Amino acid sequence: MNVQADKTQPLVSTDDIVQVRRAVREMAVEIGFSLVDQTKLVTAASELARNAVIYGGGGTVKIEILRDDRRTGLRLTFTDQGPGIPDIELALKDGYTTGDGLGIGLGGSRRLVNEFEIDSRPGAGTRVSVIRWK
Amino acid sequence: MEHIPIIKMGEFLLVSIQVDMHDRLALTLQDDLMEQIVRTSARGVLIDISSLQVVDSFIGRMLGNIAAMSRILDAETVVVGMQPAVAVTLVELGMSLKGIRTALNVDKGMALLRSSLSRQARGKSDERPGG
Amino acid sequence: MQKNTKSKIPEIIKKFEQELLNDWLKEQLGARTLRPDLLKEAELRRQSGEFLALIKVASTKADMTDLANPEWKPVLEFLAGLSRDRVARGFTPSEAAIFVFSFKQPLFACLKTELGADLKEFSEEIWSATMLLDQLGLYITEIFQKTREDVIRRQQDEMMELSTPVVKLWEGILALPLIGTLDSARTQVVMESLLHKIVETGSNYAIIDITGVPLVDTLVAQHLLKTVSAARLMGADCIISGIRPQIAQTIVHLGVSLTDVVTKANMADAFALALERTGYRLAQTKG
Repeated sequence: MNVQADKTQPLVSTDDIVQVRRAVREMAVEIGFSLVDQTKLVTAASELARNAVIYGGGGTVKIEILRDDRRTGLRLTFTDQGPGIPDIELALKDGYTTGDGLGIGLGGSRRLVNEFEIDSRPGAGTRVSVIRWK
Repeated sequence: MEHIPIIKMGEFLLVSIQVDMHDRLALTLQDDLMEQIVRTSARGVLIDISSLQVVDSFIGRMLGNIAAMSRILDAETVVVGMQPAVAVTLVELGMSLKGIRTALNVDKGMALLRSSLSRQARGKSDERPGG
Repeated sequence: MQKNTKSKIPEIIKKFEQELLNDWLKEQLGARTLRPDLLKEAELRRQSGEFLALIKVASTKADMTDLANPEWKPVLEFLAGLSRDRVARGFTPSEAAIFVFSFKQPLFACLKTELGADLKEFSEEIWSATMLLDQLGLYITEIFQKTREDVIRRQQDEMMELSTPVVKLWEGILALPLIGTLDSARTQVVMESLLHKIVETGSNYAIIDITGVPLVDTLVAQHLLKTVSAARLMGADCIISGIRPQIAQTIVHLGVSLTDVVTKANMADAFALALERTGYRLAQTKG
């Protein structure tokens, strides 16, 4: 599998969240994602970027185009050096609420992508990596 | 400072969100709306999101806040023009936008507001906000 | 099979190219599998000539048993193109592959004449030639299959377009009669198109009728329900009609609550409900 192109963006202030949405949208359009797939990925990116800024104390996101024989996709990796998530299972659970907190962002984002990986330990920061295939 | 324009249409206020909002702009919109509702004694707020290609949990919460705060100020809120891709994504994301009424477009949104107001005027019990 | 000496076949093909081509064509034109109705003789001659020329070049540059070698690429590409052409013309897989297999006879005859004296060498060369032509023949068949599958998929997509039209029953009321077996991908496409039609026509009601759907699996049921939720978020309502008992069972097993979704036994009832909710009353006038 090939990583064709990549871009790294800072996640420091909430203004950066808009920039991430823009960057992900651009790359999704470039690969030729359908409108619904674009929207799902950009929305997931927005949630995860927000988590990194607000709960993670800031970090970065890496956007990569993946290509292998059969398919093309986008991988987003969000990294922060924040406090980490003490109970990932709980954080991934959500209810259908408009409530705030990590609930909707993490669990919801997982449903919007094809592959989802999270690595987080208290005191060791958080890394969330998601892939959406075309 | 940037402001999203708010248009007065009779006893309603119309807001058309055309830009990808950053947090500050969203909060400013909330403040501006509440101020305008009081200033104009508006009975209804129409939020047109037909240009919004992304509605994440933050925007969803903003819409919910606007609906709740407006109600306290005796105005009903209707969100109109949600794009299909956005709707499908919100369902997947798990946001139900409870407490926010929606309509397909501005015309239908206004009709909804008018019928809701006339129902109130006729003394029937307040309509429950639809989910 | 490891060869100690280089194969003599490339030389032989080069030396007897014209004769081999003539004999091969005679073989093809006399075969039961010939399709003069689908392919003109002149075209067959041209294709055979080109194939032989390509084999001649490739076999001198690379081992005949090593088709992975890039020198064989031109041959494979030619055969892939030929295979696709055969699919387009309506050949059967056998009729297509015989192009390569029919070359065996003339080649073996030639080898017998040239190498017949040394039985060991002769049998080794026959073996190499057989391996090569068998692999090439199979390759044609593989590409043929793949091409056929692509054609079928494209036809399925086109049929899908035609078989799931969204119908406007009334001002503000749409109907989507689904027919046949639904798969997850098709359902998703159809549901998204329904949502778009709802916006385009400004319809407050969409009736999704599944009378004509014998089976609904978990994924499809989920898509249906997600579509209903999405429509409601947008400001429209969906009514699902025509749910068979088996499908109702699936939905219950799913553990999904249908209390939020309006369902009706058939499309007529759904239509009547939608009309009522839109503020219409039906009155029968005396005939």
